[in-house]
Amino acid sequence: MDMQASISLRHSGTNFRRVLEGILKAFFFLSALVCVFTTFGIFFSIIFEALRFFQQVPPTEFFFGLEWSPQTAIRTDQVGQSGSFGLIPVLAGTLLITLIAITIAAPTGLLIAIYLSEYATPRTRNLTKPLIEMLAGIPTVVYGFFAALTLAPVVRDAGRYFGLDVASESALAAGLVMGVMIIPFVSSLCDDVIHAVPQSLREGSYGLGATQSETITRTLLPAALPGIASSLLLALSRAIGETMIVVMAAGLAANLTLNPFDAVTTVTVQIVSLLVGDHEFDSTKTLSAFALALTLFVITLILNVVALRIVQTYRQKYE
Amino acid sequence: MNNAVLSQRMQTQLRRRHAAEKRFRWYGAAALCFALAFLFVLLATIIFNGAGVFIHKRMLFEVAVSEHHGDRYGAMIKDSWKAQFPEVTNRRQRRELYGLISRDAEFLLREHLAGVSVPDNGIVVLSVPFSGDAGEFLETDPEKRDAFSERLSPEQRGWLERIEASGQVETVFNKDFFLNADSREPEIAGILGALIGSMLTMCVTFLFSFPIGVMAAIYLEEFAAKGRLFRFIEVNINNLAAVPSIVFGLLGLAVFIGLFGVPRSTPLVGGLVLGLMTLPTMIIATRAALQAVPSSLRYAALALGATPTQALLHQGLPAAMPGIFTGAIIGMAQALGETAPLLMIGMVAFVADIPDGFTSASTALPVQVFLWADSPERGFVEKTSAAILVLLAFLAVMNSAAIYLRRKFEIKW
Repeated sequence: MDMQASISLRHSGTNFRRVLEGILKAFFFLSALVCVFTTFGIFFSIIFEALRFFQQVPPTEFFFGLEWSPQTAIRTDQVGQSGSFGLIPVLAGTLLITLIAITIAAPTGLLIAIYLSEYATPRTRNLTKPLIEMLAGIPTVVYGFFAALTLAPVVRDAGRYFGLDVASESALAAGLVMGVMIIPFVSSLCDDVIHAVPQSLREGSYGLGATQSETITRTLLPAALPGIASSLLLALSRAIGETMIVVMAAGLAANLTLNPFDAVTTVTVQIVSLLVGDHEFDSTKTLSAFALALTLFVITLILNVVALRIVQTYRQKYE
Repeated sequence: MNNAVLSQRMQTQLRRRHAAEKRFRWYGAAALCFALAFLFVLLATIIFNGAGVFIHKRMLFEVAVSEHHGDRYGAMIKDSWKAQFPEVTNRRQRRELYGLISRDAEFLLREHLAGVSVPDNGIVVLSVPFSGDAGEFLETDPEKRDAFSERLSPEQRGWLERIEASGQVETVFNKDFFLNADSREPEIAGILGALIGSMLTMCVTFLFSFPIGVMAAIYLEEFAAKGRLFRFIEVNINNLAAVPSIVFGLLGLAVFIGLFGVPRSTPLVGGLVLGLMTLPTMIIATRAALQAVPSSLRYAALALGATPTQALLHQGLPAAMPGIFTGAIIGMAQALGETAPLLMIGMVAFVADIPDGFTSASTALPVQVFLWADSPERGFVEKTSAAILVLLAFLAVMNSAAIYLRRKFEIKW
């Protein structure tokens, strides 16, 4: 083979390679766009159906209505036959259960993070940290089963013992189990932020004669506060969007109450009960599930964005 | 104020501060113990409830196969069963007697006879499961059997004890639980259908999310200009990771089923939905793994004349593979335990057949747990716990594999 031919062959080789790499890069780029498409897909598919719902039920009635009973009546002359779609009691139920959950998870998770990063011996830490992470790995359907079958009767009996009237699908049982479920989120995120606090702050505090707990509560925690706040927001968003625990352990009836011993319903429970089974796809009832999903999506999105924003500003402060 | 008083005040204060210190430490330990105790109670309850399923009682049962019954296997079973109890005469007693063995018995007999030729005396020995209540009764300690007074009549209990005394009851590993699909009868309901459904779904999830996730991460790490588009995609991925899983189910319902016409209730649509859900986890894990590979490796490749793509595909990516697989396994474990999005796309139907492809109606393991937990029959409580144990076993294997991979293959630079 003469020189000329060899060079041209090599040239065609590099050209081929260049084209191939171009195609590869295009694939890489398209894959990255799949996530963007997914977000848009979620947003538009939900908002499209939700808008159809709002054509049948005015938004004011949905967002400010105090009664939720989407099931249509059997007889046509019955009062409220078109069902009533008031979001408030459903949202109140969601917030009640979430509140119970975060009341459990926030102090427990934070204390676990503090104990494991500041007090525990390396051996305890290596032993217990995977166990705590196991709590995060258990599927939520398992938590739901436990809440409905084991914890709910215990809570009811305990309530009866103290002379309280506890519903069998009480918000308390569901909230308690959900609280335990989000403990690992809180603890691992808090662990990270506590670790990120510069060692010099710790040493400064010890140098002034503070005990370990005083250093933690007066120096570390204030310094880590933004990170802790954002981890709590993420945990909150996870609790609001959690489905299986509440589907199995919370009720279906929308009661507007703050009593943790009553049965309440949540946004996710309603979505599931409206969409599982065979329905005509464009009835007001099915469409209302998309309006609920829109509410859920927007709430969790706001919580996430705020949490991420807090983390970013916090990180800049120490870098 | 003299020094003695001062030092005494300081001493009291110091004591108080040290007490506070001890208290604080104790709070932390208590919080840790609370979480661990919960985990322990949860697992113990499920193991306690579910362990009984893996071993069950069956009856070795001589069935007289006679010509005049033709292929009425149910009648053969009933006649042979009745023959053991000559005192049973009236219809009520007969009904109670038949209620003790599983309704599955006639199908077992049919299958059995299809495989073997009937001996000359016309008697075949068949191992049949008991019905739910009867099986539980036999598994209970003889002294605690009074609890069954409402579920079984005194006569039924007498018959069962007689059968037990005659040595016809055998205790065997419950392979039916692993080999049967779902059923309305708790004693023969198994998890094979759900297991295969889960595996098919996971296949789709992996095939969808792994390549796309890895390629997206490569783009973000290696090729993207760190401009506005990059930040937009990054924020997008982070938000997507925190979107409630049920919302992905709605996306699947509206887009995959409603718009693209993918068949409902199938592993295909389930896998796609879970794939979208796992995508952020895959991307984040892959990016972390790529970042951990030192750039000197790539610079060396570039210096030897490799193109950036070659440097990546031949050096960077192989070095990052253990990390990528670790992340992928963790993502798949999350997807395996996910239930809510599958409810939205109709994988909750009662499916009595074992799914035979990506487009046949099926259910998944966690959904099976949900379905059984909802069933009113008593026998399903322990079935639910047993199904949970199988699910947890799978998750444990996957997570251990991830940890093993990380320990064994991850290169410390």
